[in-house]
Amino acid sequence: MTAFDSLLFAQFVSGLSRAMILFIMASGLTLVFGVARVINFAHGSFYMVGAYLAYTSTFLLAGPFGFWAAFLIVPILTSILGGVVEVALLRRIYEKEHLLQMLLTFGLVFVFSDAVRMIWGVDLRMVSLPSYMAGSVNLLGHQFPAYHLFIISLGGAIAIVMWLMLNRTKFGKLIRGAAEHREMVGLLGYPANRLFTIVFMMATFLGGLAGAAIAPAVRISLGMDTEIIAECFTVAIIGGLGNVWGALLGALIAGMMYSFGILVLPNYAMAFIFILGGIIIVVRPNGLLGKSSQIKV
Amino acid sequence: MNTETMNPAREEKEHPKKKGVRWPVWSTLGLLLVLLPFILEKGVSSYYLFLTVKVLIWVLFATSFNLVLGYGGMMSLGHAAFFGIGAYTCALLLVKASCPPVLAMLAGPLAAAIAGMIAAFFSVRVQGAFYFATITIAFCQLAYTAAFKWRSLTFGDDGVQGIPVPAFISTEASYINLYFFALAVTVLCLYVVWRIVKSPYGLLLRALKEDPVRATFIGMKGQQYRFIAFVTSAFFAGIAGVLYAFLETSVAPDILSWTFSGEVVLMSVLGGMNLFLGPAVGAAIMILLSSFVTSYMKYWLFTMGTILILIVLFCPKGVGGLVLDKYRAWTKGE
Repeated sequence: MTAFDSLLFAQFVSGLSRAMILFIMASGLTLVFGVARVINFAHGSFYMVGAYLAYTSTFLLAGPFGFWAAFLIVPILTSILGGVVEVALLRRIYEKEHLLQMLLTFGLVFVFSDAVRMIWGVDLRMVSLPSYMAGSVNLLGHQFPAYHLFIISLGGAIAIVMWLMLNRTKFGKLIRGAAEHREMVGLLGYPANRLFTIVFMMATFLGGLAGAAIAPAVRISLGMDTEIIAECFTVAIIGGLGNVWGALLGALIAGMMYSFGILVLPNYAMAFIFILGGIIIVVRPNGLLGKSSQIKV
Repeated sequence: MNTETMNPAREEKEHPKKKGVRWPVWSTLGLLLVLLPFILEKGVSSYYLFLTVKVLIWVLFATSFNLVLGYGGMMSLGHAAFFGIGAYTCALLLVKASCPPVLAMLAGPLAAAIAGMIAAFFSVRVQGAFYFATITIAFCQLAYTAAFKWRSLTFGDDGVQGIPVPAFISTEASYINLYFFALAVTVLCLYVVWRIVKSPYGLLLRALKEDPVRATFIGMKGQQYRFIAFVTSAFFAGIAGVLYAFLETSVAPDILSWTFSGEVVLMSVLGGMNLFLGPAVGAAIMILLSSFVTSYMKYWLFTMGTILILIVLFCPKGVGGLVLDKYRAWTKGE
């Protein structure tokens, strides 16, 4: 293969790993929207908290398992935090207008951002990979960073688990039912409040997981919350808000546009997805995979 | 014309006592606003005068923003873009092109209005607060990326430094000239916005916000009305941006980030977005509080977020709405 092929293939893999992080994030966002019709601006904050927690837990739990323990501990912690937020705050505003819901979660973004600054300070943090993850692996005659392949498999695993959960369990049926007809689920005798809490905890679990997964690949810093959330919204809208598979499709488009866009216009690769998002909102407001019933926000 | 010149000063503090208060009160307020800078500078410190000018700028920004949020029912999170484009255009024309100050000042709001047209072209078609918010965030991110990455034009993350402030509002010796300039501009702009929201068009806009479906059925051109409101609002936000550039004498990409828009949203909600002067009250509270809080601790965002959450949960009408309700209950009780 030529060097150019090799470059394209490398960009493909890095785009795919970026897409998987976005998918893990956007699927949580879209799940909450589908069930509770609430847009959570603070979703990116859970991601940032997740990354910082991953730093702390790998720091405290040194040793061969410390790194992997983070993937288990961090999402559980962010999910507990999410549960507290849902019960204490979000639950009070489900019946209010969307503007107020957005403002409340927007307020949370500010609170979390300063809370992280209080706890971890303003210094950049790094999580180092275990040696066997830091290297590269050979795939189809090309060398790839092992960690990219790990993120891709993690995203794939999440997609499969999500599919099984939504299509093969009773709980998944409830979630799909609530997305179609929220009142009906309540009328059938299922405790809607508990459903919302669980879904919100699942979403913040995913947010924390994405944060823990990205932690070794970037410099952990304040501001990573608002950076990712704008992209996540766009991804969720491109795919169709409330639709998990739309989030997957949107994330793949965003990841690829970024990693190939960077070859063409390195400085502005970040902007492409927002332009596409703007076009999609105007041309096809329900998103690529959304149904028309889902648009009434 | 005499009463006309009094009017702007009236708007400044009119709320909440709309009726029953006569001209002596307004002329006293006007006199106070004229004397204020001298009192502050001689009696307290020039920092407070700087802060007062900042309040004026944010009063203008928040009021212009509320034309979109409170009157138009559009949740824009992209208004930082128009504020920033106004500031950047003026600053770059002065620094890079040595353009005459008056032209640069006019170019700022015009550029903001043109950007507003582009953003509105896409956004007014969209139904739903969240979609509207996202599309305006996306627009804001584009403007931010441009300011951040287009180094040859915008100086990137260094920002534009050392903006030459025109001599007649020079801030080198004192902020008094800039204060009067900002006061005149803000009062005039508030008066224009006031006339807009009280005009038949303003009423149509509100009808459209309250019940878009019915308003459309009786023949209102919803997209067109929203477009006009959005562009007008962007224009005035651009004016606030120009004033900001003169006050700070530097601009950085931060003022284009979508979280910066969040502050103006917070001001409107804090003061009360259903009242004309609500956002102005919110802006004054926020700027003064921010200066107060940051002198004691560095966690201003935490404070701001907590205020926002408390307002949403317990006082969605805002401080202005609360005061007005109390005042009405009190006058009825009399």
